[in-house]
Amino acid sequence: MTRTSRLSYFSLYLLWILFFVITPVALIVYQSFFNLNHQFTLQNYRDYLSSSVYLRMTLNSFIFAFLITLLTLLISYPAAYYLTRLKHRQLWILLIILPTWINLLLKAYAFIGIFSQAGSVNHFLTFIGIGPQQILFTNMSFVLVAAYIQIPFMILPIYNSLVDIDPAIINASHDLGANNVQTLWRVIIPMSANGVRSGVQSVFIPSLSLFMITRLIGGNRVITLGTAIEEHFLTTMNWGMGSTIGVVLIIIMFITMMLTASRRKGGVKR
Amino acid sequence: MQSPETILELQHIYKSFDDFVALDNINIKLDQGKFYSFLGPSGSGKTTVLRIVAGLILADRGKVLFDGQDISKLPAEKRKVNTVFQNYALFPHLNVFDNVAFGLRLKRMPQDELQERVMQALKTIQLNGYEDRMISELSGGQQQRVAIARAIVNEPRLLLLDESLSALDQKLRQQMQYELRSLQQRLGITFLFVTHDQEEALAMSDEIIVMNEGRIQQSGTPVDIYDEPINHFVANFIGESNIVPGTMIRDYEVEFVGKRFECADAGMRDHEPVEVVLRPEDITVTTPNQGKLVVSVDSQLFRGDHFEITSHDEDGNEWLIHATNSIEDRDKVGLSFSPNALHVMRFGEKEADFDRRLSEYEGDES
Ligand SMILES: Nc1ncnc2c1ncn2[C@@H]1O[C@H](COP(=O)(O)OP(=O)(O)OP(=O)(O)O)[C@@H](O)[C@H]1O
Ligand SMILES: [Mg+2]
Repeated sequence: MTRTSRLSYFSLYLLWILFFVITPVALIVYQSFFNLNHQFTLQNYRDYLSSSVYLRMTLNSFIFAFLITLLTLLISYPAAYYLTRLKHRQLWILLIILPTWINLLLKAYAFIGIFSQAGSVNHFLTFIGIGPQQILFTNMSFVLVAAYIQIPFMILPIYNSLVDIDPAIINASHDLGANNVQTLWRVIIPMSANGVRSGVQSVFIPSLSLFMITRLIGGNRVITLGTAIEEHFLTTMNWGMGSTIGVVLIIIMFITMMLTASRRKGGVKR
Repeated sequence: MQSPETILELQHIYKSFDDFVALDNINIKLDQGKFYSFLGPSGSGKTTVLRIVAGLILADRGKVLFDGQDISKLPAEKRKVNTVFQNYALFPHLNVFDNVAFGLRLKRMPQDELQERVMQALKTIQLNGYEDRMISELSGGQQQRVAIARAIVNEPRLLLLDESLSALDQKLRQQMQYELRSLQQRLGITFLFVTHDQEEALAMSDEIIVMNEGRIQQSGTPVDIYDEPINHFVANFIGESNIVPGTMIRDYEVEFVGKRFECADAGMRDHEPVEVVLRPEDITVTTPNQGKLVVSVDSQLFRGDHFEITSHDEDGNEWLIHATNSIEDRDKVGLSFSPNALHVMRFGEKEADFDRRLSEYEGDES
């Protein structure tokens, strides 16, 4: 590639970043400094930091995102591990990717059907004599559905890092006296840490700002930063406050990225 | 010294991959504390034997005995065997120190003893000072040496080395050969060392096992294998040789290239078709009338410590000669050799029959 053509590719990339990343972020930051009357002010930030409602909301979002990520990880890691040992792996992977092609809203409505008072889960609970129960609009159903939706984004990076492990290295571990459990802890999990890291990033960060599932499955009981932003932009029309929460969210995302970034120098690079 | 005890025995081992037969009735007995080399061309099944001994794959049939106990089904981590893998298989997420310490940590060795053992092992392979390096920051030869250290630090009863010096330059390789040999003698570990390199095998081993196409062709001391190869394959694979078809006239007399020669072999049928091996360094160059054979020289190559001379006799048979001096008069040269230099091989003789025949007749010859 010549110098000039490389330069033009690079500037195309820069333009993209400028229009679709930097400008929107700048706009949000800019708007967060205006009140309802379009006056420049720091009031939004003062409100945010002094209001126990907003702070509790932030903490809530954190806790929910954490629970969702944890549940997703607990299900995805063993699943990814067993996937690597299956025969028709490509087919299984396809089956896992498939649900991500279906619109989020459709999946949420499907769950409403399944979890509702007259839904199949309650049918079953009635059948075994402990139902019907209130399942929809509970914290648990929110976490479950959110985890369900995010699982593919956790499985895939973990699976990829697991299949990258040379079977000879597992053999070496056994040869040196490690049993299956020791090999898992000392070799397989550390060597798939990068996959876990990117899986956690791609689940935790979006989980902070969920609002559609929050509304549909969690009902109005579960209030997170995502629902608060939606509320400010679409209902109360307080764009300034909405943007302020958005800025907070962006800062949290950066912190998460930094915390989960690969710390090792010269280690497993892919 | 006590008579050595058998540490490992393979009995009638068979292994197939799909319908490809990789091992075809392997029988081996290894004595405690000896250095064995496994020699054979690529794909002959050497690594497969090691994997069965280490417990990384199971044989289709046959038994693996360790200290007389059947360990055929025992998982790898329970075997008192460590392997230096052909492709190293080092842990990329650990540094050099932690790679070497892996086995000792599993045994819960106290920290200071562990530290000392690891440092000692790194010194043996001349990589002290590298303990903090990641594996990706090492050269191929350095990685290979770390793989050796990671295995020897455990001081296993039996160490399997799969072409473990192949990535090293000549000088380092020789140093490592000495280090391994002295380590083996100091600790009394039994070594099973796989190599392509016959010189390495001849130099290092108490015993050599030659394999081809999933079968053991011959096993014995380096001198036995070199001087008395069982068949064409072994003669050709170990060292360079002249191999010509011939006929055994009677005991101690063989005919080839139309002439009869005195030899040191016996125990075949009279007039049995055989092959005759004559090592190039056992041939001396003389005048045409003193020579047993008369040849003319085709080419002479200086090899550092000898001249490699190719020649042919009047019937067109080629003869390879190693001589200390080059030949001036290339047209007619006499070749002479002692009866002992001739080694006669029967077609398709089994190793057991070969050994029996040799032990019967070897006594009489001198
Ligand atoms: N897992 C496997 N699946 C199928 N075939 C295999 C497998 N492992 C080994 N083989 C075959 O078995 C034969 C012996 O292989 P092996 O690795 O033991 O050879 P080797 O003597 O170690 O060769 P090299 O000197 O090249 O390392 C080869 O033909 C190889 O293709
Ligand atoms: Mg091999």
